[in-house]
Amino acid sequence: MKLQWNIFVAFFRVGILGYGGGPSSIPLVHKEVVDKYKWMSDEEFGDLLALGNTLPGPIATKLAGYIGYRVSGVLGTINAVLATILPTIFFMILLLSSLSSIKGYDWVQGMTAAVIPVVGVMLAVLTWQFIQKAGKGMGWVPTGAMLVVVFVLLEFFNIHPGILIGVLLFLAIVKKDRKKKKKHLSEREGDSS
Amino acid sequence: MIYWEIFLAFFIPGILGYGGGPASIPLVENEVVSRYGWMDVQQFSEVLALGNSLPGPIATKMAGYIGYEVGGPLGAFVGVFATVAPSLILIIILLSILYKYKDSPKVKRMTLYVRPVIGILLGGMAWRFFSESYVNIGLLQTALLSVISYLLMEKFKLHPAFVIGGALVYGGFLL
Repeated sequence: MKLQWNIFVAFFRVGILGYGGGPSSIPLVHKEVVDKYKWMSDEEFGDLLALGNTLPGPIATKLAGYIGYRVSGVLGTINAVLATILPTIFFMILLLSSLSSIKGYDWVQGMTAAVIPVVGVMLAVLTWQFIQKAGKGMGWVPTGAMLVVVFVLLEFFNIHPGILIGVLLFLAIVKKDRKKKKKHLSEREGDSS
Repeated sequence: MIYWEIFLAFFIPGILGYGGGPASIPLVENEVVSRYGWMDVQQFSEVLALGNSLPGPIATKMAGYIGYEVGGPLGAFVGVFATVAPSLILIIILLSILYKYKDSPKVKRMTLYVRPVIGILLGGMAWRFFSESYVNIGLLQTALLSVISYLLMEKFKLHPAFVIGGALVYGGFLL
């Protein structure tokens, strides 16, 4: 019961704080799930984000639903998804049916506008954390090279990230296993603590 | 059967909308406005405008509200379910398979390989949020809010809820 309550509270916060659509909730989910409740390691969260980006559909509910499932099965899924989406759907129906026009909501616009840079900061911090982990895991030179290549492919060639992630996952599978990765293993274990 | 139509109208954007909720919005518009004619373009853009100024994922807000308009509470449920369930079920299955083999070096390598992509994606999102903010409220306000919220969250370890709450109050009164 306590667990379900925690799931609900975690994703309720994500839902009502995520201004700017689903993607803005990613750092909030990370904060709740990895930092606060420790339901997942950074590695798992990264995998979830990667797959979430290759699959269609809204990202926030995929994160919530999967994490709910990992933590406590089907009930956890339902709980997490509802906590993420219900409060704001309810609010939306209420506002739209009680007010005929939404013009002149200057203060609402102002509120949202002020949150956008805050979300930007959270995303930037999360970005840095991911790049750091990648650097520790693969070494800084390969990471730097990959970052540049990925950036060029995504931003200049407009390759869809889902396709890129798909190709990388495929490469990871077909690549022959080397006998033993000498030094990176221990570092990676250190990461997940 | 109206509920079946609602299901289809949101199921199709849900499985075709690569790139998260915002990417599926034009697809939703196509179904709701062009195919089924539940709303005209004007109404749709008003709903979208309000949806964008409320928190939470946009795709489910649209599905919930339009479903409610068209078919009452059950319609709202059907719309949201069609948006959320297909991709959610898929990701649960895929990740469960992945974690069965999580000690395999291949799976470890997958985790490692995709990490720079995730880094770039998140970085790109951060950039878009900052530039949207720059367009909306200008350089000075953006810089001010960014620096202060960075200090509060990272140096003073304040929970983002308080920072976002503070920003809402600030924006409500001053922007």
